[in-house]
Amino acid sequence: MYYNVFGERVSKRRFKQMCAAAKNRRELIAAGVTSRRELFKMGLLTAGGLLIAKHGLSSRAYAQSVTTSNPPSGGGTNLSPGTNQNCVPGNQTASPPTRPFIVPLTVTPVARPVPSLTPTPTLNPNLGAGEVRAAAFQAPGIDPNRFPVVPKTLYQFNQRQFSAIQHPDLGPQTIWGFDDGSGPRSPGPTYQAFYGKPQITRNINSLPTITQVNNTGFGMASVSTHLHNAHNPSESDGNPCDFYTSGRFCDQYYPNVLAGFNSTNKPNGDINESLSTLWYHDHRVDFTSQNTYKGLVGFYCLFNQSDTGNEETGFRLPSFPEFDVPLLFSDKVYDPDGELAFDLFNLDGILGDKFLVNGTIQPFFQVSPRRYRFRLLDVGPSRFYEFFLTGGVAAGSPTTLPFYLIATDGNLIPAPVQVTSVRIGPAERVEVIIDFTKFAGQTLYLENRLNQINGQGPVAVDSQVAPQNSATTECSLVLNSNQPAIKPAGGGDLVLQFRVTGPQVADNSVNPASKPSFYQLPSTNATPRIIRTFKFDRLNGQWSINGQFMDCNTFRFAVQQNSVEQWLLTNLTGDWTHPVHIHLEEHQILTRNRVAPTLPTDMGRKDVTQLHPNERVQLFFRFRDWVGKYPMHCHNVVHEDHAMMALWHVVAEGDDVNVP
Amino acid sequence: MNGLSRRDMLGMLGMAPLAGGVAQSFAADSLATAPAAAKAQTQSAKARQRIQEQHLPNVPLITHEGKRVLFYDDLVKNKKVSMNFFYANCDEICPLVMANLAKVQRLLVNHVDRSFQMYSFTLKPDEDTVEVIRDHRRALAAKPGWTFLTGKPQDMETLRAAIGFKYPDPAIDKDKTQHIGNIRYGNEPLMLWSACPGMAHADWIAETLQWMIHPQVDRVQKS
Repeated sequence: MYYNVFGERVSKRRFKQMCAAAKNRRELIAAGVTSRRELFKMGLLTAGGLLIAKHGLSSRAYAQSVTTSNPPSGGGTNLSPGTNQNCVPGNQTASPPTRPFIVPLTVTPVARPVPSLTPTPTLNPNLGAGEVRAAAFQAPGIDPNRFPVVPKTLYQFNQRQFSAIQHPDLGPQTIWGFDDGSGPRSPGPTYQAFYGKPQITRNINSLPTITQVNNTGFGMASVSTHLHNAHNPSESDGNPCDFYTSGRFCDQYYPNVLAGFNSTNKPNGDINESLSTLWYHDHRVDFTSQNTYKGLVGFYCLFNQSDTGNEETGFRLPSFPEFDVPLLFSDKVYDPDGELAFDLFNLDGILGDKFLVNGTIQPFFQVSPRRYRFRLLDVGPSRFYEFFLTGGVAAGSPTTLPFYLIATDGNLIPAPVQVTSVRIGPAERVEVIIDFTKFAGQTLYLENRLNQINGQGPVAVDSQVAPQNSATTECSLVLNSNQPAIKPAGGGDLVLQFRVTGPQVADNSVNPASKPSFYQLPSTNATPRIIRTFKFDRLNGQWSINGQFMDCNTFRFAVQQNSVEQWLLTNLTGDWTHPVHIHLEEHQILTRNRVAPTLPTDMGRKDVTQLHPNERVQLFFRFRDWVGKYPMHCHNVVHEDHAMMALWHVVAEGDDVNVP
Repeated sequence: MNGLSRRDMLGMLGMAPLAGGVAQSFAADSLATAPAAAKAQTQSAKARQRIQEQHLPNVPLITHEGKRVLFYDDLVKNKKVSMNFFYANCDEICPLVMANLAKVQRLLVNHVDRSFQMYSFTLKPDEDTVEVIRDHRRALAAKPGWTFLTGKPQDMETLRAAIGFKYPDPAIDKDKTQHIGNIRYGNEPLMLWSACPGMAHADWIAETLQWMIHPQVDRVQKS
């Protein structure tokens, strides 16, 4: 059976015509015929915006589009060479053409602290100066010597609108970013934070107040900056329900302290819960997808005495930032004029046909023949990736090369695991070590081979997971109807090119093959005070948790401070994947579909868990140290913005609500 | 949910703008944004046109008063709006959503001007004639500013697809009892658009609609 983009059933013949028409449209755009008026004049565009199928106009293009192998040198009519993205679901047109691998990767600079903040941060919100904060800082109340109201490390981040080039084949984009004093950028500056060194970031909203002449089509200029994965007090967490407009600010206190410091593992916390890769992003309720898509995202790397950032000390992981490189992945779509576009009217999830790494479409990165640590982050909005390291592309015989997984979300796993691929969903992170020593002079690619055609999630999932249905859409024509979960080597999206042409340099980093040991996983044997169940569902198109919807004025349940809980996440919708994120405390997956997890990405500590169709996942939590309000939500940010979120709080005495 | 609490109202209205002071100096610190502002201005008009072309079609409709209107020109352009779909004999979620909207209208009545309009479109134009939607509206005690609309079946479907109220699974999409119960809301000239569940708490829906009407709102949620 065949369907059009609106889900209406069409004949096979009509389906092929539609595909040809879509292809024609992309060809015309590539040829520079971009205005709707011109297309109308030529009689090629219908009122519905679809190109009239012209047989023969694009037969060559069609033949190429169904070819799964799509090397970057192929050129042809694929507007995103080096990727398999020939089609954008929904009401969007394909982006204009861009040449792959002509722009170097931007290694985001490390954030610069400031010597002081004016006015000086205050324990209670400084309302008179324009601060918008929900409550007093909690940390100084626990230990004022360790957590002074004004710690030594201070940052001032202005959120600004600015102009950025995301690819030279497209015009400058008007986007939003963070400015630490060195100018606005997106991704924002990378924090280099250390356990034992508390800090305050003053997040100032310096975005222009939205007017009729400065809004580029999406984004809400009121903000709340969340530090994702941090064990942070609630007033500084960046809650979606606390937000502020231009000219206001919020001082956010980041204690950089291990979980358990004031409860299970006094006084320093549990070293086995050390975090390494966190990220910050806007979390404004109902508008997170637009604001993060517009650029309000960045990395927060946290170090300690073992994970030092210096390859000659501690765990001897490759040195930061030269050989320890954060990579932020996002997918976007551009309108026919080359300007960043966002589908404001989408409820399902948004995919782009352009892949950006650290803010640039398909960059290249020159590396030396040695080991590198890469921190991979998927900022969505809705795309999942399965990354492979691919060689032999230019020779026409793509091969899959192994690498080492060392961390899932914010945590180093007990020991490196050799893998040939790693899957991440929106908001998840993985860290990997790639050894380029044997590849001097060669070109390798980070390739996404995961098959995903719409915002529902990947078209098929792992063996641990029940198969899912996927509606056939116009886009699936390009990808074939009997779609494999994973595309063949070289047939996916070549997202980042590694040129192993850098100088020979010393490599004092640990060899992951030597089986070094990092942290051990904390025990999950403690008896939970309560088991709570959360059903992720869709009720008449409304994303829901336990049949209810996000509401900032309602706390759905109360967790008891310093207690153990088990949460059972279920997803019986059959065809949607939800990456579920829980604030404050990380979790460990006890079971997935009633058996212990088998994937290496499921076995470590997590703050996001992928909840696939028809799954139940059992999580172990310890809630410690801080009190106050936090959310849990789907991190497909389109689902999140449409109420798939619940607000809860940590209090002295928890409740007994099993199904909140 | 009998009305907005004082806290809600404070959140909605935001704090009074500060004269001078630190916040003002932050806002004025905008050297880096000057080229972006110029670029944004040229992009802005195009973006608005793009949204109109893709999502706000100018389909002809008929109001509960029998008046003929065009969707974009007459209902949405230069307005702040909420939109949802219903049908009169729906006994699934429509009664809940429509009762919610009636509450929302009462909560907002003192806070909005005539530029804010609520629209409810029928999913079953063959059954829902002007008389049917007029009676349905009356039964809900809707006040001025909440318009019920019907039209040609094809136009209603065009509109539903354009504002994104379609399921990717065609079998589910055909089943009207499962129709999408969200409320699409937006400020057309400012291009601020989002949606919320029609079955959410009425006071929360009212607050979110306020963001479209008065976007300059600061909010903190006490725990």
